[in-house]
Amino acid sequence: MYKMHLLVCGGTGCRATQSKQIEENLRAELKAKGLENDAQVIITGCFGFCEKGPIVKILPDNTFYVGVESEDAAEIVEEHVLKGRRVERLLYTDPENKEHISDSKHMGFYQKQIRIALRNCGFIDPENIDEYIARDGYFALGKVLEMSQTEAIEIMKKSGLRGRGGGGFPTGLKWEIAYNNKADQKYVVCNADEGDPGAFMDRSILEGDPHSIIEAMTICGYCIGASKGLVYIRAEYPLAITRLQIALKQAREYGLIGKNILGRNFDFDIELRYGAGAFVCGEETALIHSMEGLRGEPTVKPPYPAESGYLGKPTNVNNVETFANVPVIFLKGHEWFSSIGTAKSKGTKVFAITGKINNVGLIEVPMGITLREVIYEVGGGIKDGKMFKAVQTGGPSGGCLTEKHLDTPIDYDSLLAVGSMMGSGGMIVMDEDDCMVSIARFYLEFILEESCGKCTPCRIGNKRLHEILKKITEGKGEPADIERLKALGNVIKDTSLCGLGQTAPNPVLSTISNFEDEYLAHVNEKRCPAGQCKALLKYEVDENLCTGCTLCFRNCPVGAITGERRQPHHVNQSLCIKCGVCLEKCKFNAILLT
Amino acid sequence: MDTVNLIIDNKPVVVKAGTTILEAASGIGVHVPTLCHMKLSDLNIENKPGDCRVCMVEVKGRKNLVPACCTEVSNGMEVNTHSIRVINARRTVLELILSDHPADCLICPKSGKCDLQNLAHKLGIREIHYQGEQSHYRADTSPAIIRDIDKCIMCRRCEMMCNKVQTVGVLSAINRGFYSVVSPAFEMNLDHSVCTYCGQCVAVCPTGALTEVDETGNVIRALSDPSKTVIVQTAPAVRAALGEEFDMEPGTLVTGKLVAALKRLGFDYVFDTDFAADLTIMEEGTELLNRLSRKLSGDKDVKLPILTSCCPAWVKFFEHQFPELKDIPSTARSPQQMFGSIAKNWFAEKLGIKREDLVVVSIMPCVAKKYECGRDEFKANGNPDVDFALTTREFAALIKVSNIDFSTLPDEDFDNPLGESSGAGVIFGTTGGVIEAAVRTAYELFTNKPLPRIDFDELRGMEGIRQATIDFGGLPLKIGIAHGLGNARKLLEDVQAGKSEFHAIEIMSCPGGCIGGGGQPYHHGNAEILKKRQMALYREDKNKVIRKSHENKYIIELYKEFLEKPLSEKAHHLLHTEYFDRT
Amino acid sequence: MSKIKLANHTIQIVKDVCAEFENKEGELINILHQVQHKLGYLPAEVQEAIAKELKIPVVKVYGVVTFYSFFTMVPHGENPISICMGTACYVRGAEQILDEFKRELKVQVGESTSDGKFSINCLRCVGACGLAPVVTVGEKVYGRVAPNQVKEIIAEYSNKNVTDDV
Repeated sequence: MYKMHLLVCGGTGCRATQSKQIEENLRAELKAKGLENDAQVIITGCFGFCEKGPIVKILPDNTFYVGVESEDAAEIVEEHVLKGRRVERLLYTDPENKEHISDSKHMGFYQKQIRIALRNCGFIDPENIDEYIARDGYFALGKVLEMSQTEAIEIMKKSGLRGRGGGGFPTGLKWEIAYNNKADQKYVVCNADEGDPGAFMDRSILEGDPHSIIEAMTICGYCIGASKGLVYIRAEYPLAITRLQIALKQAREYGLIGKNILGRNFDFDIELRYGAGAFVCGEETALIHSMEGLRGEPTVKPPYPAESGYLGKPTNVNNVETFANVPVIFLKGHEWFSSIGTAKSKGTKVFAITGKINNVGLIEVPMGITLREVIYEVGGGIKDGKMFKAVQTGGPSGGCLTEKHLDTPIDYDSLLAVGSMMGSGGMIVMDEDDCMVSIARFYLEFILEESCGKCTPCRIGNKRLHEILKKITEGKGEPADIERLKALGNVIKDTSLCGLGQTAPNPVLSTISNFEDEYLAHVNEKRCPAGQCKALLKYEVDENLCTGCTLCFRNCPVGAITGERRQPHHVNQSLCIKCGVCLEKCKFNAILLT
Repeated sequence: MDTVNLIIDNKPVVVKAGTTILEAASGIGVHVPTLCHMKLSDLNIENKPGDCRVCMVEVKGRKNLVPACCTEVSNGMEVNTHSIRVINARRTVLELILSDHPADCLICPKSGKCDLQNLAHKLGIREIHYQGEQSHYRADTSPAIIRDIDKCIMCRRCEMMCNKVQTVGVLSAINRGFYSVVSPAFEMNLDHSVCTYCGQCVAVCPTGALTEVDETGNVIRALSDPSKTVIVQTAPAVRAALGEEFDMEPGTLVTGKLVAALKRLGFDYVFDTDFAADLTIMEEGTELLNRLSRKLSGDKDVKLPILTSCCPAWVKFFEHQFPELKDIPSTARSPQQMFGSIAKNWFAEKLGIKREDLVVVSIMPCVAKKYECGRDEFKANGNPDVDFALTTREFAALIKVSNIDFSTLPDEDFDNPLGESSGAGVIFGTTGGVIEAAVRTAYELFTNKPLPRIDFDELRGMEGIRQATIDFGGLPLKIGIAHGLGNARKLLEDVQAGKSEFHAIEIMSCPGGCIGGGGQPYHHGNAEILKKRQMALYREDKNKVIRKSHENKYIIELYKEFLEKPLSEKAHHLLHTEYFDRT
Repeated sequence: MSKIKLANHTIQIVKDVCAEFENKEGELINILHQVQHKLGYLPAEVQEAIAKELKIPVVKVYGVVTFYSFFTMVPHGENPISICMGTACYVRGAEQILDEFKRELKVQVGESTSDGKFSINCLRCVGACGLAPVVTVGEKVYGRVAPNQVKEIIAEYSNKNVTDDV
């Protein structure tokens, strides 16, 4: 038995910052010190606190090292493992009182979190099925196989779990519909085509706890009467794919998937299908077409996949996070699960908080928590002491919420009511430097690239929305443009074929309704209050500060700056391309940006 | 049967369960406009992608508007098809389509027949509020079809026809988002693809994105060239449809007026492709009987079933897709090409002119005929047997441009010797007609007995695949019929697998046969029109004195004077052809 | 139809991949992934060969290839540079990073440098938002990239290749 466990985060984020090297160095150091039988190095899934990665956690004393570098391995082994002394400089520093905190429980980032879907991420080696089983893994499956299909579905219904992929459809009800549709073959599909830019919870779960998804899909297969499962996963997630493949192999070897699971007359196996870079494939009918080898174009619902899905058979589609909640519901009971959250939104929700926030990372919080708590307590507030401006929830189809919405409880219905949505859980924080018109344009650009092109409003309407926004950010907007954006946006929402188009105008409409002043400034005054829209910026020389050093003159790529040595220089606005080189080069702060 | 009660525009409606809002509304005279949707009932052809979003209606209790074409009714539903919300949405959607569409209606080949133009008119669009970038693609001109896909509105009708109905598989949506469009692979030209030129994409395109190559100018030039003798043949299906171009009831037979119009246009002789159809029966029927008797006498090498070969799109289809079966179809040329060959090789001589000075024009319900007359095997020293093939639509345009008041024309008769035909020749224009014509002749030649009846109802209809057994004096002759290349493919696959029990199979590429050809007046999704054209041809057949090809006295004379007998060496040389592996 | 003018071994690769998936039409996307992985890209001739193996019209293959952004008909550079344009990266300055790469390499998005060493593409979120803005070169992920690091990143590969060539 090992006396000590060194958990090294192996999520994509920490891997990118050399966590693999840290792991190797730790092993080498342990071996060099002859400690390889006392302490074990385990690569885990994401701890969530990506801002402070790479992270190394030491058990049993729960020491949480942040920002570890590969060179720190020797000190950790020498000091902590061998001598039992914490390496103080690698501990997290509380931003308020500047004290070191060693146990993650006491960090603001973790204090308000309840980890259900992420329960195993950062605790177990995702490539070792025994570690999953040691944390009651596959126990829920055993329990479910003792029940009748309808009993199990009833528990799911009572738990109040709703789809975590965006729409929030009650999961138990979805299973019941698929169960009631009789067919010779049914399918369970796990939607792992996480596409919201700025959301990475599905990836983290698959990387950190792949067995929970396999177990949940198998439970679902039993409940609805399906013998085949498919995971539709983004090809851009190589690590998640590898870990899932390893997990499937192990589960098969243990008889937890395959024929006669746990000795029962129940067969279930899972295959992988790869996405190929199409956001619209997150929509379930598009996803199904893609799995069939076709263009990922959505079709009109009904028929719903539960009636006619993959290969025309009843198909139940849930996303990764939804599935990750399932085993716990059977382990701890639906009463326990439904005691967390609000009246209509039960349990927790995982968010990827990113953008201009101190604690970028992956968090899991109970439904009903307010945006303020998430941003200021879990997220640690706005980066560099800047002013909070907006938070975008729900991915590219969500809305931008402002200061006045900060006390909105986070649940499906409250977010919809204020013009945004839960979506898959991206939460992007923006500060005073972000121009909301540019942000709306950015989202529309994304939609333009990702629209499948099938229906008119999404194919052409969003193109037109984008063109108008572009015009405004380039200083060519007219007052009527704002009304046109609203009118067109509302028609696109009302007439588009699938969820992508129906929500595409949200960022535009919500920024207009919450930041109309900013739009008006662009249109009427040709001014970008956040100073982001290049075309609206003006570089000028402050004659009082300019020393006539000619540095700007010599660096201007287009010869827009004129002036004699030791005389104040001038910017010729008609030539200026607003590249900002003059501002960067000036040593006397004499270039004014207005 | 389950019925559903609902309310549409404040009117209570009772319909069968499974009905769409669009159908239910249409039942009470509320015609919700559509664009991508197209349904040819009885032919089992439907395009319902639900993607144009023009037919949006408001359903009480639903968050968003719903497409009427693909939303089924349910009990208690309250539908509003013209609320301000609906009208605003519908007009905005249409404006969006128009904002990405060239506004060259005045010079568009589809002007006046364009579903998009009609819709803009119906919805009273006066301004396009959302202007912006328009998509541009390379135009593509093939021997028969022009693709101007800047005008594509992604209704996907052509794609459905090309893939689901015809199984040719040339067209598909490509790219994504704003730049998606329907195109052949790699945006290659049609003439590099396996396109059969059946023209069904053209027949269903709601805009000017797909049209036929316009040859009217060439014909006008030939007619005004004093050194040329210009003769014309008209295919059977034209006479049952041309009237539609002049606002006549579908199914009106305009044979006499058609001849009168051609004479006024200045053609030196106005002949009938039906004559050549009778000739085809003589050759093809004889070929069938030959193969049949060889089979009966125990020849194991003989290929049966024999497949008809009148349809150029069908010929190109099997050359691409089933080249290993290319010795199964009859070697008989199509009536258009038999006519051309007789005209250039016999009639020109009779007139005492060189073949180069005889211009043969054909009026066809078809766009593939344009391609067919350009095939090398139908040329002598580069001079084609048929110089120009016009579609029914181009012919109508020619009449209009020549200030001929079609509706008041008198009925006139075809010229001889190539204008006389039997009823059998007439029904070549509909599915089942060629094989019925062949049966009428082959029966009598095979049994040496007169036919007990002339109408073979068991061969008629609109079913995609039909079969019948005809008693040939004790021999049960098994006949298969397919129209639409997808249906043809099914029968061919059976032949390929050695499972086909037919002796003869008739194949026509277009749904309904030539009456539904790609060159006919646009049916705009109304299958009733096709049925009326079909009935018209059977009517014309019934009114003919001669109803069997071998009784056509001009055919008999032609053999006597020139061709000797069916399948003679001369006939073989002039009236038969060969097929090529095009893979 | 354009004549297939592929080397025999390329055709064999296509055939093997298709056979691995039992020449099933429904496996088209998996097949395209595999073939692209092996050949680097999916030129027209390869698509024709796949269509032939699966007995489907080539336009179906082309329709799928042009739908999914992961598939490409032009070869990437030896060192494919992808700039994440996810929201988190965008608000942390991904656009400036992209501009810098474009300026340094003198190519546009989707193009390769004339020596074939580098190509630039934009990527949807790689899910490493904690490290925004993120750039990947091949399999390697660079986090918290600042515009002035762009030169270094490029140099890392230019030099490596020089030594490799020697």
